Amino acid sequence: MKFRTVRRHLREGFKNIARNGWMTVASVGAVTTTLILVGAFLALMLNLNQMADNIEEDVEINALLELTLEEDQITTIGDEIKQINGVDSVVFSSKDEQLSELVDSMGEEGKSWQLFEQDNPLNHVYIIKTKDPQDTIKVADKISDLQGVQEVNYGQGVVERLFEFNKYARTIGVVLIVGLVFTAIFLISNTIKITIMARSREIGIMKLVGATNGFIRWPFFIEGLLLGILGSVVPIAAILGGYYYLENNISERINYSFVELLPFNPFAWQLSLIILGIGALIGVWGSVMSVRKFLKV
Amino acid sequence: MILMKDVHKTYPNGVTALNGINVEIEQGEFVYIVGPSGAGKSTFIRLMYREAKATNGTIMINDLDMSSLKEKKVPFLRRDIGVVFQDFKLLPKLSVYENIAFALEVIEESPRNIRKLVMDVLELVGLKNKARFIPDELSGGEQQRVSIARAIVNKPKIVIADEPTGNLDPETSWEIMKILEEINSSGTTIIMATHSKEIVNTIKKRVIAIEDGLIVRDEHRGEYGYEI
Ligand SMILES: Nc1ncnc2c1ncn2[C@@H]1O[C@H](COP(=O)(O)OP(=O)(O)OP(=O)(O)O)[C@@H](O)[C@H]1O
Ligand SMILES: [Mg+2]
Repeated sequence: MKFRTVRRHLREGFKNIARNGWMTVASVGAVTTTLILVGAFLALMLNLNQMADNIEEDVEINALLELTLEEDQITTIGDEIKQINGVDSVVFSSKDEQLSELVDSMGEEGKSWQLFEQDNPLNHVYIIKTKDPQDTIKVADKISDLQGVQEVNYGQGVVERLFEFNKYARTIGVVLIVGLVFTAIFLISNTIKITIMARSREIGIMKLVGATNGFIRWPFFIEGLLLGILGSVVPIAAILGGYYYLENNISERINYSFVELLPFNPFAWQLSLIILGIGALIGVWGSVMSVRKFLKV
Repeated sequence: MILMKDVHKTYPNGVTALNGINVEIEQGEFVYIVGPSGAGKSTFIRLMYREAKATNGTIMINDLDMSSLKEKKVPFLRRDIGVVFQDFKLLPKLSVYENIAFALEVIEESPRNIRKLVMDVLELVGLKNKARFIPDELSGGEQQRVSIARAIVNKPKIVIADEPTGNLDPETSWEIMKILEEINSSGTTIIMATHSKEIVNTIKKRVIAIEDGLIVRDEHRGEYGYEI
């Protein structure tokens, strides 16, 4: 294909947008509606996912050491823990530190606990984080088997259910998004198909004048791409505006550590890019698929 | 050169339009196709640029066998054959200029040449002042002239015209005939289906008469032969 032909296809693609008037408006409208849905849903899902991640990140394993251990034995246990597959960080916390943390966390009531300072009944503790929060239970089991470890705590029971819940939530989210995108593609390609159906006669004429299928298809490709891009303008504006508003007005009022919106920059920009990509993809797909049917003249 | 041997055409709905056509047309000839309505003239013409495929028989166009010509090669065959369609077949959303330029864009002609060739041919058919009009803004005769302009603009070896004067007043008809004779004199084969007794009897050329899907007469410098 010569460069002049590339230019010709680009020009025709742009012109067709104008030539088809209301058909263009209908297609762009369909793309816009669905992309707003997809965008809002994606923003929700990705934030929920992030929150689930945050909760999981907070999960840590406390390995309580036996009271009778010597210092070098404690070090050895620390090294052994580091050797376990999936362990990310191991932090030692002496029984004195544990006590003062306990006292702090109790506030006023904690004062009475200070009496124990002379005769601290607590254990030395290793605090372990795993690389993947999902490994917590497996790693905790291994640590509890080590010589000198008295007990492991990681919020048994709660953590298992939390992971289970998050797993289902993620799967359902992915299924919903895939479903939504496919519905969008279907709806939009149908709209575009109707606009191209009206042009099947024109496609037939082009073929009779000696145009190859590729020659006919390219302007449609460009046109579909433009329809998709035009259709994502409003959704992107809505996402940027809406997300900016949410971040500045809602997130301050919620004060749970894990309920925290993904930061506007870069998240809203990344989401916009994804929406633009999906828009371009369904525009091109819808238009190229529909034109294919009419090329068999 | 165009060669047909024992060509039959039956449409999918069961209508048999051609029933054993044998004909040979040399490069540079000017041929009228005459015959009553529904005789099979348009069908005969459609077979040549592969808008329709013969049910039976052999068709050779410029040494290409139509029955074995691959679908992918059909556009290249059509670039060598300019067709003036009975129903014009103009692209409704393109201007007169763009409609004619389309035939040149398809063969990847340079923009400069496209401009020149289109303006020249518009001059020839007398539509230079309507270059920016879309087909709906033209009269039937003007649309027909655009269709002719598009058919001849890339100087094809063969020009096939299905009733190119069907919608024209006598004066414009003679002008169109002048154009067709002119491109014929430069070596282009012209095949023209017509119902115009006057034209056939005045500008004497080879006449092929088709009736009920068969060639019933084939004379050089022939007469129209039907009373209207
Ligand atoms: N696409 C088609 N499908 C089915 N039958 C067709 C088709 N085109 C033409 N026919 C039939 O084939 C026969 C020949 O038609 P054709 O159009 O070739 O006639 P014609 O000689 O060109 O007539 P006219 O002078 O009116 O243009 C007619 O009986 C017509 O009904
Ligand atoms: Mg006809």
